[in-house]
Amino acid sequence: MPNSQMTPGIVPGRVPAEDLAENFDDLHPAYTGHEATVAADRCYFCHDAPCVTACPTDIDIPLFIRQIQTGTPDAAAKTILSQNILGGMCARVCPTETLCEQVCVREVAEGKPVEIGRLQRHATDTLMAKNIHPFTRAASTGKTVAVVGAGPAGLACAHRLAMHGHDVTLYDGRAKAGGLNEFGIAAYKTTDDFAAREVNWLMQIGGITLELGKRLGDGLNLDDLKTTHDAVFLGIGLGGVNSLRAAGEERDGVSDAVSFIADLRQADDLAKLPVGRNVVVIGGGMTAVDAAVQCKLLGAESVTIAYRRGQDAMSASPFEQDLAAANGVRLLFNAQPIAIHGNGAAAEVEFEYTATKSGKLKGTGETFRLKADQVFKAIGQTLEGAPETLKLKGGKIAVKGAGQTSQKGIWAGGDCATGGDDLTVTAVAEGRDAAEDIHTTLMA
Amino acid sequence: MADLTSTFIGIKSPNPFWLASAPPTDKEYNVRRAFEAGWGGVVWKTLGEEGPPVVNVNGPRYGAIYGADRRLLGLNNIELITDRPLQQNLREIKAVKRDYPDRAMIVSLMVPCEEHAWKAILPVVEETGADGIELNFGCPHGMSERGMGAAVGQVPEYIEMVARWCKQNTRMPVIVKLTPNITDIRKPAEAALRGGADAVSLINTINSITSVNLDTMSPEPSIDGKGSHGGYCGPAVKPIAMSMVSEIARNVETRDLPISGIGGITTWRDAAEFMSLGCGNVQVCTAVMTYGFKIVSEMISGLSDWMDEKGHSSTADFIGQAVPNVTDWQYLNLNYVAKAKIDQDACISCGRCYAACEDTSHQAIAMSKDRSFSVIDEECVACNLCVDVCPVENCISMVPMEPGQTDPRTGKVVEKEYANWTTHPNNPGAVAAE
Repeated sequence: MPNSQMTPGIVPGRVPAEDLAENFDDLHPAYTGHEATVAADRCYFCHDAPCVTACPTDIDIPLFIRQIQTGTPDAAAKTILSQNILGGMCARVCPTETLCEQVCVREVAEGKPVEIGRLQRHATDTLMAKNIHPFTRAASTGKTVAVVGAGPAGLACAHRLAMHGHDVTLYDGRAKAGGLNEFGIAAYKTTDDFAAREVNWLMQIGGITLELGKRLGDGLNLDDLKTTHDAVFLGIGLGGVNSLRAAGEERDGVSDAVSFIADLRQADDLAKLPVGRNVVVIGGGMTAVDAAVQCKLLGAESVTIAYRRGQDAMSASPFEQDLAAANGVRLLFNAQPIAIHGNGAAAEVEFEYTATKSGKLKGTGETFRLKADQVFKAIGQTLEGAPETLKLKGGKIAVKGAGQTSQKGIWAGGDCATGGDDLTVTAVAEGRDAAEDIHTTLMA
Repeated sequence: MADLTSTFIGIKSPNPFWLASAPPTDKEYNVRRAFEAGWGGVVWKTLGEEGPPVVNVNGPRYGAIYGADRRLLGLNNIELITDRPLQQNLREIKAVKRDYPDRAMIVSLMVPCEEHAWKAILPVVEETGADGIELNFGCPHGMSERGMGAAVGQVPEYIEMVARWCKQNTRMPVIVKLTPNITDIRKPAEAALRGGADAVSLINTINSITSVNLDTMSPEPSIDGKGSHGGYCGPAVKPIAMSMVSEIARNVETRDLPISGIGGITTWRDAAEFMSLGCGNVQVCTAVMTYGFKIVSEMISGLSDWMDEKGHSSTADFIGQAVPNVTDWQYLNLNYVAKAKIDQDACISCGRCYAACEDTSHQAIAMSKDRSFSVIDEECVACNLCVDVCPVENCISMVPMEPGQTDPRTGKVVEKEYANWTTHPNNPGAVAAE
């Protein structure tokens, strides 16, 4: 008998394959041409538009929307991509509700912003469907740059450097480029292998050599890179995961949410991916929501996100919280895990309620237990494998200006570096800006 | 509920909303549907003389321009007069009029500019029991190349002559439909009056090319790669039509000539505006071609509610009420001084007023670091552009200054007395105010 939602333990195939395909379909389906025109018509073409200010990559949003409205989505795409080479992915994964769309004057006026993210996707998808790469590489400068980490920061940096005529070697420890775009984002946000397609499209600029399976401390070291290249950019992300510090964390069934999402994204067949009957996700960010919703879509009977603080402190946006709730995920606030019980494998998580007293979060002493055969930790990632010679700050590589580290000739950006939120779009901006700074430095 | 019944040159209809001579009134089937929907009258699509009917193109007849969400703003057409046999049209007109005796039935006519042609058609139309005729002197394409339609309407002498023939050969009231494709609309109206016409209707359609296909380089609508100018109508032409209506309504020679208003009328409000400028009733075409006959329900309820609100018991109460307020520029009060004022609570900070004023007007709007916008009274000439481009209704208003206040732009005290250009010291032809 096939498995169902009610099958105990961590098992695959809880929902029929055809339902899985529907469950993991595009979260924000693409516009048709007419829908895009109607949506574009809503833009007021604001002067000094707040949406542009809110965009970490400063995309000229009113201009690209007007270009869509006048029937030139390819020109719109070029406007987007010239500021943000991963505009296609950002259109899918940006928390627009806390960035451009939050400050859209129509959001302020009517509570219904211009759907900037979907419009951006319409433009970039239109261009990429034609397999047009709208940028050409400048004449070779003869300079070489090592970019470590082929995530959003590294890709953006590599593309911009290549465009300026530098020869780039792009390293990544995994078997595929893309970083969190490929391994760390919910599948329904980037369907049809988009992350990989976007990397292939980006590489059309030329001048970038991809070297996979190499990371700092495992086939690479910074001193060698410095010697063999004119500059180095580090976009190595946050490879470590915080621990729960709860008893029983080592039990079977307890794992990292990021690994689960990576496994899910790389699975050839979701029907073979096991998921618990009762899942508890601990954390309050996007990763927690991505993991929890996908567990539900895989057929878990009950999924709970437990966050130790109140709802207002949750870093997942209200949109993400609603998405979780709409998919049947229970959101539990002010509950911290104190133990994971079970005989070998996890069976229950014990929580203690919390309250904030005089600015400090404290357990109230009242406890309760939730059934859990699978427990995911989504309580933040940490920098791992950073070269010891670089100065750190708050657990990240300290940078000033456009990604300059404490060591001359070495730049850093994205989640591994200080400054900005840990968002795809912020990483793209930092990679791009570091590339411009490297270019200026190398050509001086 | 207000009384919407209308009597226009002696022709009664239950409301002032007629359908203009056009495709919607080409057949019995359509006209019956129109009357069932509530239209007060129709002007039957133009009949030509006995004989083989005209032929239409067999490709697209209409072209359009759009606003947001493909809202049709302007339509053009290259359709000709009815392409159905005269006798069939006459039979149908008679049958419909018999079944709807309370509705106005006007028949549009266009025959060659010869008296015998008009003498031949008038009796057979009269025989249908129709309430009146409308002379199509406006059609700008196809027929005009054959010496009819606008070719007549552009020559006042012809208008006068044909109108006179018609008045001499029928007891039916005669409406002359005017083309806007001329320089001074008063001349053809005066000619119609001299010829004895009972009324004029305007405007007919405007020469137009709605778009060019940039792949084929053909104007649209394209017939096998070629296009011809067509007649433009719909909401986009309303301002042009209202100006022409007002010219006739306030012209000394024609001020008593009844007018049937036509040109982009889409809602009850459009109708009320045309009527306030002197139209006894209105004719609608593009709006029903866009939305169907049902819109008359909104026109009836809207006009009726507005009349109740204003205390008008009949349409005669407000017809022409705005005419005395249409004047020449030289008589506008130059002592009237206003300043734009932005309602900060209503403002959504889009900055469009700023861009418009800063780039294209008088640099009279200031933008703060936090993107709040305010008017610089020292610079504001009250041009109204900010009001026009603001996406929020009533967010920016033009506030008149009180007499005695000093205009910070000119440093002059606002005067209470009316004063216009004719007496202004800068006018070389100024007449001293005695």
